[in-house]
Amino acid sequence: MTTTIAPPESLTSTRLTHLQMLEAESIQIFREVAAEFQRPVMLYSIGKDSSVMLRLAEKAFFPGPIPFPLLHVDTSYKFREMIAFRDNLAKEMGLNLLVWRNEGALADGANPVKLGTQRCCGLLKTQALLDGLREHGFDAAFGGARRDEEKSRAKERIFSFRDKAGQWDPKNQRPELWNLYNSRVAPGESIRVFPLSNWTELDIWHYIYLENIPIVPLYFAKERPMIVRGDSLIPVEQTFVKSLPGEEQMVKCRLRSLGCSPCTGAIRSDADTLPKIIAELISFRSSERANRVIDHDQDGSMEIKKREGYF
Amino acid sequence: MTGIQTTVEETQNDFLIEEFLAEEKTKDLLRFSTAGSVDDGKSTLIGRLLYDSRNVYEDQVRAVTGLQAGQKQPTIDFALLTDGLRAEREQGITIDVAYRYFSTQRRKFIIGDTPGHEQYTRNMATGASTADLAIILIDARKGILTQSRRHAYIASLLGIRHLVAAINKMDLVEFSQEVFTTIERDFRELVASFGNAELTTIPVSALLGDNVVEPSTYMPWYTGPTLLQHLEQVPVWTEEQVLPFRLPVQRVIRPDQYYRGFAGQIASGTVRVGDTIVALPSGRTSQVTAITTFDGDLEQAYAPQSIALTLADELDISRGDLISEVVRKPQHATSVEAALVWFDGQRLETHRPYLLKHGTQTLHARVTQVKHRTNIQSLQREAVNSLGMNDIGVVEIDMVRPIFFDPYAENRASGNFILIDVKTNATVAAGMIQRGLASADTATPQHKPLLVAGGDAAANTALELELLRAGAAVVRTRVASEQLWRALLSIGAIVLLDGISVAQAQELVDDAAGSETLVAWSNASSETEAVSGFLNQLRKLGALPDPQE
Repeated sequence: MTTTIAPPESLTSTRLTHLQMLEAESIQIFREVAAEFQRPVMLYSIGKDSSVMLRLAEKAFFPGPIPFPLLHVDTSYKFREMIAFRDNLAKEMGLNLLVWRNEGALADGANPVKLGTQRCCGLLKTQALLDGLREHGFDAAFGGARRDEEKSRAKERIFSFRDKAGQWDPKNQRPELWNLYNSRVAPGESIRVFPLSNWTELDIWHYIYLENIPIVPLYFAKERPMIVRGDSLIPVEQTFVKSLPGEEQMVKCRLRSLGCSPCTGAIRSDADTLPKIIAELISFRSSERANRVIDHDQDGSMEIKKREGYF
Repeated sequence: MTGIQTTVEETQNDFLIEEFLAEEKTKDLLRFSTAGSVDDGKSTLIGRLLYDSRNVYEDQVRAVTGLQAGQKQPTIDFALLTDGLRAEREQGITIDVAYRYFSTQRRKFIIGDTPGHEQYTRNMATGASTADLAIILIDARKGILTQSRRHAYIASLLGIRHLVAAINKMDLVEFSQEVFTTIERDFRELVASFGNAELTTIPVSALLGDNVVEPSTYMPWYTGPTLLQHLEQVPVWTEEQVLPFRLPVQRVIRPDQYYRGFAGQIASGTVRVGDTIVALPSGRTSQVTAITTFDGDLEQAYAPQSIALTLADELDISRGDLISEVVRKPQHATSVEAALVWFDGQRLETHRPYLLKHGTQTLHARVTQVKHRTNIQSLQREAVNSLGMNDIGVVEIDMVRPIFFDPYAENRASGNFILIDVKTNATVAAGMIQRGLASADTATPQHKPLLVAGGDAAANTALELELLRAGAAVVRTRVASEQLWRALLSIGAIVLLDGISVAQAQELVDDAAGSETLVAWSNASSETEAVSGFLNQLRKLGALPDPQE
């Protein structure tokens, strides 16, 4: 059954919806960074949050162009569909897109099977990110992280100070009041900026739907070849991910978040449109949260990763 | 019960995007702050709020349901639902301000949650700075303790308009109306001594859920809203929209020679295409020709929208400037008196250079004098010559050039600033301007633009004469045109209407900004006494300066 809801009496034309409020806040942050830093960059991960960030950046500087480049830290293990989407979008929008890889580690054959996920992430994501930022001399980097994602992010600032090694000190964060951001840094230090801090996962999908923002097709359910192992669906993309006989099957599934193909599981789903994804999200937010209870030290490990320089 | 009718299951089985969108479109955003330590019931209250408004899910509830000592039925430990604090302490992770998100069918909520332990002043101030409302917890058994007093004081200082005193643990005082009434009376008195925040007092039992989401059956004597009902009803941002228009310029957008837009987030008020604005500090005026957004041009925009304005004239405006309406201009001064919350481990040093960030400009400033510190335990003023970490005090600050501002109590967005240490780059303090001390043009007597209607011709002549003597710019007219009046008001004139009744004038002046400047001159009489009485009324309104000033 469904309920019909009448708008509250107090609703007037001059009231902003929560998404309009969040949008206005994010735009203010983009403009502030572009005005106060020498060399800002937007970390572009190709995922849904990055897609929303990109749209907000367009809005912030309209009718002018986005006044900073985008940087994609490429582990080389991203889904092929992601890379195709990225390159196509950059071409269509005329974006200044930079790609950075830890070529040294890749030449040594770094991959998650060989090194384990933690070490692999450390080299191909964190190290590559820090190198990329340093090599280009970026003093501010936008990231798409949201406070509702994870506990250590709940207390993250919108302007997050990083020392010369790119590290985060959660005990020594700058107080952040009103919408006044302190963008002062010494040479070599930098600020990570999170314009989506106050958005929730549902807000992101809602905005993608309302704004008709292009996203990677992997988010939509489709029959795809998968290695079915217990409850896990492992995408068949990389040759070093081996399957046992009978494990490889066609499964109607989609990805909830995009990462590297060997380490990103798919979920069984029929959600092949945005409304279906939103419906699915509303109905199974429980299981997403349940996972956090099982793995309690995940919070701690994210905080450790962030201290080391990860987003 | 308001709002919450759709359950998770219903949504899952029969989801219609149109309904979802229609529902979401009616939702606005309320930010509120909570503060408190582990055992004062705050976690239980938030947990109860989330649980009863169906923002937690079955598996989460299962994880925190257990058999408590002395009970036969398993019960939910609501505190555990939200208690990141305890977990983080065990892991040695610090927490200062944690943000939580939830929604009902009416609204989305952002909770800025601050623990009540060390660094409380700094953290509470941070959480309060963006909050529309603060929930202050009071244990019904203990009454108003230092912590509640402190929280109410900081919330008021940071300009939160809506305070909610949640008198918790009513179940432990037998739901006594007397206990509640006594605390309410005392707390109301306390809050009134700080300022003019609106206070709502609600008797609750977070543990049992009474008056959190559902009305209590144990307290029929309480007829006010439940906590959630109140959170869903409090107006947000409506006051900011009728304040004077202020747009701190963040950036000039100039993609080509044909477009020049002044981009920023409207700090307060409303702007329409065709409005006359003044650019500060230059003082040059122009008209708004377009309000640009990515989604198309707007006819009008209001706080807190992020927009870009184009103007009819080529004014030299850059980042750090302020675009304002011409009628209610901001004050300007090179020296201000301000309340400071000091954050840094290094004490405030008078005459040491700091950077002051106000709006979109950053300038060099020095604190010349510390007037007093407020003892956060006793709320008494103490004479000191410096401020240390977590101190709150009032200081005088000199700046290298004037800033344009409104007192914080009148306009949060244009009365705030932060201080940054030049050497360490740390944010050392947050400030709230109370008043300007030295201004570049204090010598010029000012009067407010006014629309005066209701007098007969003889009375108007007498009044006109008196106003001219007082040095006011007066224009008399019998043309009933809002457009004309606006134009005259926009250049700061007092407009005296001949042959137009107050009711007629009211009808033409359609909105709040206009009606505020309309003064009824209805006891029409040409007697000198009546005229001088009216002038005194104008002085009381602040519309005319006192002769001795």
